[in-house]
Amino acid sequence: MKNLKKSIDVPEKAMNAVFALCGFLAVAFVLVITVFLVISGIPAIGKIGITDFLFGTTWASTAAQPQYGILPFILTSVLGTAGAIVIGVPIGLMCAVYLAKMSVGKSTAVVRTAVDLLSGIPSVVYGLLGMIIIVPLVREIFDLPDGANLFSAIIVLAVMILPSVISVSETAIKAVPKEYEEASLALGATKTETVFKVVLPAAKSGILTAVVLGIGRAIGEAMAVMMVAGNVANMPKLFQSVRFLTTAVASEMSYSSGLQRQALFSIALVLFVFIMIINLILNFVVKRGDSNE
Amino acid sequence: MKKFITTLLAVGISAALAGCGGTSPTENVTAQTVSTDGSTSMEKVIGYLSEAYMSENSGTKITYNPTGSGAGIQAVSEGRCDIGLSSRDLKPEEAETLDSEVIAIDGIAMIVNPQNPVSDLTIEQIGKLYKGEIVNWSEVGGSDAPVVLIGREAASGTRDGFESITETEDACKYTQELTSTGDVVQTVSSNPNAIGYASLASVKDSVKLLSVEGVTPTTETIQNGTYKIQRNFVFVTPKNKELSEAAQSFMDYALSVAADEMIEKAGAVPVKR
Repeated sequence: MKNLKKSIDVPEKAMNAVFALCGFLAVAFVLVITVFLVISGIPAIGKIGITDFLFGTTWASTAAQPQYGILPFILTSVLGTAGAIVIGVPIGLMCAVYLAKMSVGKSTAVVRTAVDLLSGIPSVVYGLLGMIIIVPLVREIFDLPDGANLFSAIIVLAVMILPSVISVSETAIKAVPKEYEEASLALGATKTETVFKVVLPAAKSGILTAVVLGIGRAIGEAMAVMMVAGNVANMPKLFQSVRFLTTAVASEMSYSSGLQRQALFSIALVLFVFIMIINLILNFVVKRGDSNE
Repeated sequence: MKKFITTLLAVGISAALAGCGGTSPTENVTAQTVSTDGSTSMEKVIGYLSEAYMSENSGTKITYNPTGSGAGIQAVSEGRCDIGLSSRDLKPEEAETLDSEVIAIDGIAMIVNPQNPVSDLTIEQIGKLYKGEIVNWSEVGGSDAPVVLIGREAASGTRDGFESITETEDACKYTQELTSTGDVVQTVSSNPNAIGYASLASVKDSVKLLSVEGVTPTTETIQNGTYKIQRNFVFVTPKNKELSEAAQSFMDYALSVAADEMIEKAGAVPVKR
């Protein structure tokens, strides 16, 4: 009997070690990436000067007199993400309400499958469709010389954040106790009033989580926006060609050298800081939601 | 704290392992190396040539350091590489100590949407268009519509070549900066007011090829020099020093008929013999 136990013990312990190793591997990756980005991103900021870098309005990395101001990229990323949230969150939220409360039988399955598929579509496909359909459409509808601009990027990003917004807020809405709803209906409120005045406020923290996740997805997207935003380093205007933080790194990295390359790492560092802040907010929102319950 | 130390150890060990990988002598000791250094625009040409050459001559390794034409010429004159790569011709003072050999020609085609009635532009008009001095197609004989300037990202060799020939360096008012030739062709084909530039080899039927100063770009007009938006891809070697056997052999290959196919694959035009 003792022997049998031992023979089970050995693989058990070995597997424990493997699990632990894999767990720490993730930590190691995060640490390595952080350390790498900080080490390779700091020197250029030092050489360019932090105010010139963060608040400079001209990016001309290959000019005879190079300038490395990334304010246009920062503002574009912030505005593009905000625009995507403004358009994407209401649609996603109402879709989630439909899935959680209104739909019945087959239609639920159809909508849910579509949302799942939407999340599985690679970003390059979103970009391609944006480039071939949205960009010419925006050009014609708004009578512009060219349709590759911030607005097209916002549309593409709004569609891209839908799946995460829908699935997280649907879960949150479903978690609202049924009694709340029944009480509201029993008091004579209509279904719509119940949804907007009782269910959504009760699911607030979950919906906030969905919004923050959407922000994270939108600000980190590179491929799709690169194909629809035009990529000129202008200060952002709705109908002008713009460049995001992500695309600034992606479009020049393959050829860059010297200070230009270091500056690209610095942009990546700025983007990383943004994502970290968003994650901290997410943690805060989730924690506060937990303590409320 | 204990967890933190464990993590640090893991990171340290993996770093050490990576270090070992780098130093282990995997290369053949007898292998010869040909080092090239210079123009970033020549990356594709050198890539195709060296790959084809190395597949036939396994004993030779060809390295490429993308630093820019000026830096490549500097490197070869100081003996830091075997062959310097330049996408411009040598200046007279450089030619005193260095030899140059044109291995290929880069022909840059101007493309517009098939709906655009314009079919010919002068280099001066192209320069003015891209500098934003001409903003409406009617000023160059087209319809009354705004000009949409499509270009490549700042680090592109095609952009570098285009801007230096049309003398628009750092002055272009692009509407879109795209990261590949294919994107440029696609965008121009979908916007009736767009103009773009691309390597001649990658132009497709979906866009209209412009003639420049009356000359349509073809392999022939590029080779005889009548089509103006072109530049030479040059191998630069020192005058006073013999090339190593391997470097000479690679250079002979690059200048041979066998290399033409590779040069075309890379989007450039071979030299006429």
